[in-house]
Amino acid sequence: MGRNLFQKVWDDHVVRQLDSGQSQIFMALHLIHEVTSPQAFGMLKDKGLKVAYPGRTYATVDHIIPTDNQSRPLADDMAEKMIQVLSDATAEHGIEFFAPESGSQGIVHVVGPELGLTQPGMTICCGDSHTATHGAFGCIALGIGTSQVRDVLASQTLAMDSLKVRRINVEGDLSAGVTAKDVILHIIRLLGVNGGVGFAYEYAGSTINKMTMEERMTVCNMSIEGGARCGYINPDDTTYEYLRGRERVPSGADFDIALEKWQSYASDADAHYDDEVTIQAADIKPTVTWGVTPAQAISIEENVPSPDRVEGLDKNLINDALNYMQLEADAPIKGTKIDVAFIGSCTNGRLSDFEAVAEVIKGRKVAGNVRAIAVPGSEKVDVAARAAGLDKVFEDAGFEWRLPGCSMCLAMNPDKLVEDEVCASSSNRNFMGRQGSASGRTILMSPVMVAAAAIEGKVADAREVFQLTGAAS
Amino acid sequence: MSDISKIVGTGVYVQGNDIDTDRIIPARYLKCVTFDELGPSLFKDERFNQDGTSKNHPLDAAQHRGAEVLITDDNFGCGSSREHAPQAIQKFGLKAIIAGSYAEIFHGNCTTLGIPCVVMAAESRAKLAAVIQSQPDAELIVDLEAMQVICANEIFPASMKESAREALLSATFDPLDNLLKSASEISQTAARLGYA
Repeated sequence: MGRNLFQKVWDDHVVRQLDSGQSQIFMALHLIHEVTSPQAFGMLKDKGLKVAYPGRTYATVDHIIPTDNQSRPLADDMAEKMIQVLSDATAEHGIEFFAPESGSQGIVHVVGPELGLTQPGMTICCGDSHTATHGAFGCIALGIGTSQVRDVLASQTLAMDSLKVRRINVEGDLSAGVTAKDVILHIIRLLGVNGGVGFAYEYAGSTINKMTMEERMTVCNMSIEGGARCGYINPDDTTYEYLRGRERVPSGADFDIALEKWQSYASDADAHYDDEVTIQAADIKPTVTWGVTPAQAISIEENVPSPDRVEGLDKNLINDALNYMQLEADAPIKGTKIDVAFIGSCTNGRLSDFEAVAEVIKGRKVAGNVRAIAVPGSEKVDVAARAAGLDKVFEDAGFEWRLPGCSMCLAMNPDKLVEDEVCASSSNRNFMGRQGSASGRTILMSPVMVAAAAIEGKVADAREVFQLTGAAS
Repeated sequence: MSDISKIVGTGVYVQGNDIDTDRIIPARYLKCVTFDELGPSLFKDERFNQDGTSKNHPLDAAQHRGAEVLITDDNFGCGSSREHAPQAIQKFGLKAIIAGSYAEIFHGNCTTLGIPCVVMAAESRAKLAAVIQSQPDAELIVDLEAMQVICANEIFPASMKESAREALLSATFDPLDNLLKSASEISQTAARLGYA
């Protein structure tokens, strides 16, 4: 029997078996940022250790960087200190740092792929759960804790338990107005926020195969919201063409050598899977969350669920979510008034996300009750968007066009909800308090759905607002 | 590093499935360059109103002060990989967790810090929570060798991920020393894969 990609990449990177039963796994690429990594350098220092493979670690700043004014020193003293500690530590240990205004700064999961640091068959880790994003290239991409960041700095390896693999086939054509974001929200809704515990998710099937790399990154990004340790898509011509010519990708004859290796990692046709699920693309509609976990999601055509139809802790979960969100059971989600519209994040802050929205908002205006911000995922995305005039399209429609960063996805920077504001958000988490206010409310959706909500001033069906029909482009 | 085989202390029950790490420690309290001061930020928004007044969270109830074992429900610690969450739990003074299930990154982070993530079925957990409610002074013995929890003369069956249990019992839960022992195998692997 053949092997799937997870097994091939895993087997290739095993250094040895540990007595605990775990495996010691070599990490091909380590990405670090200012929130979860400065402490690891302190731990290293306490133990008198050095960075073992400084050339395999890259740093950037994203979580705490303001998106309105990035001039140094930052107004927030602690944010400034965190950047400074990272900057000093990377300089001391010989690690490349994509600092603001370097031209390569951005959200860590946008930067890795766009530079071509992320390549098929790699093991990748970062002190950030959305590291799963890099799985779009056929990698084992793991979010890790700070002590593990220390382990990787000191040894370039991790102690890991192996995972089961669930193949999720998505088959057929998506309808107009239905995007990669809707696909992953739909999957999480079906399988639950803990459905993936113990698993790596392999996303496959004709719908996935047809997706661009940026769409595939959106899907893999939210694997963690489904409880999976990581998610990946087998590399194919779409992957290789995306990588060809990127800054950190080998060129000429070296590209061909790399290509042959990359191809060898794709799952074999007769590979074994521990579980398999098939979803029809035709069943997926524009999907939005109504509650406080990403699985508490419904299609835009549905009503918010009622606690009366379930028992036990699930009933509490629904009640707590409805109370927090101030929503009525059995009422339509469509028409829920919003205060803020946010387009950005490692889920949906890439060029194609802004292109898709620019196309539909041209000539329209954001509703008067809505504060709308568009935050490019990286300096490169910002430059490309400006070159195409997208910033002007957004500004003409009433959006603010900001500087790159994580922004309102987790609000460790000045971009925050105020009190119990409702945010239509293209980000990945609708947890209580996630967007910077202890009572702030988040409704997750695709960028085009955020645009529709921004224009209507309330949760709306992008297919109606923008007259989208037929098959997705 | 010494082994962790038994945790003895009183318990506190924080009810709920899918308690995410943003709830355990909200992002705005992650601004730090060391983990030393995180204890007071544990469950910050669940424990305090914006004006600083108490919401009477179980962790702040007088009868649970000094509790060392946290009991909760399914999928505890989901969401963000922030180690700040288990660090805050540990710095607050909690030494073990009993839950229905855990998110994996959180589970790994806890183990590395020496916090046992004990798994207990819903029925036993509910019974244990009820004991803690009625006898908050009752001591829990979380015994990783016998793999059971004893409270108020009752035995509650429990389990744990075997690799984590083994690591705690053998004092190898912080894997770094062990990882560093393989320096030559690491460089061979790097060379074999063209990563050197």
